[in-house]
Amino acid sequence: MKKVFERPKSLTDVHFTYCAGCTHGMIHRMVAETIDELKIQDRTIGVSPVGCSVFAYEFFNFDMVAASHGRAPAVATGLKRSLPECIIFTYQGDGDLAAIGTAEIVHAATRGENITVIFVNNAIYGMTGGQMAPTTLIGQKTETTPFGRDARAHGYPIRIAEMLATLEGSSYIVRTSTHNPQNVRKTKLAVKKAFENQLNNKNFNLVEILSTCPSNWGLDSIQSLKWLEENMIPYFPLGEFKNI
Amino acid sequence: MAKITVEQERCKGCGICIAFCPKKVIQLSKNLNPKGFFPAELINEKECTGCAICALMCPDVAIEVYRQEREKK
Repeated sequence: MKKVFERPKSLTDVHFTYCAGCTHGMIHRMVAETIDELKIQDRTIGVSPVGCSVFAYEFFNFDMVAASHGRAPAVATGLKRSLPECIIFTYQGDGDLAAIGTAEIVHAATRGENITVIFVNNAIYGMTGGQMAPTTLIGQKTETTPFGRDARAHGYPIRIAEMLATLEGSSYIVRTSTHNPQNVRKTKLAVKKAFENQLNNKNFNLVEILSTCPSNWGLDSIQSLKWLEENMIPYFPLGEFKNI
Repeated sequence: MAKITVEQERCKGCGICIAFCPKKVIQLSKNLNPKGFFPAELINEKECTGCAICALMCPDVAIEVYRQEREKK
């Protein structure tokens, strides 16, 4: 029989350190497959964040740099400007990109840096134990909002894709999800487009991917996918916000 | 004819492949793997169509899919 689906070559054999059912692994696969398909493994440099995906440099089979918390877009800017022939991407979670790294991402986008950003949004701080993140939904219970997030006390969840789409420097801003096979395929296409744009010397590209956190949401893997669909998508609508 | 293989050591038994399998031919094994999870396994090779939805949704990239090649006429 012919093998029709296998691990991409841009992933190492190291087992993922993510919890059972966490969609980080799917997103890793899609990034690795895209790099295989575009045949750019030998000139790709990824920037890993701080958060659950901090060990991304163990899982991806190409050069990686580990940035300090939230600084991945700044490190990527330096890499791209000094090595313009390389393909530079950052892989960041919502605690990294939307909280401590907001200044870096906004200014990387407004400068129109020719990089690709994979932004994984699961509405919670995962690695540190389930605290409220800037993307936590109103009413969502976390370790630091045990009665649910209250807008008067904690403010409103931030919509990064919409915000960055208003900036002149961004060229491709899209939000996708991983809650069912159809949306996983759409995510793959968006990731591929974000890398192709970089190859075509367009400006800043960001793919926001809605993801799950079964451990900290207190749900099993299937319930988490359902929770994502029912609660996150109404607040974080899917679609392309900018494509020029 | 098609089949999947689940890398038993890599699988964390999250059950996403089982929930999305359109033919319902995957189940959790009764044996623990070295990580302490019950990994997924194919139970009915005859029914598997090799659609690869399980592999697409697998968060640990533990599934490989094989399909019979069509004979050229």
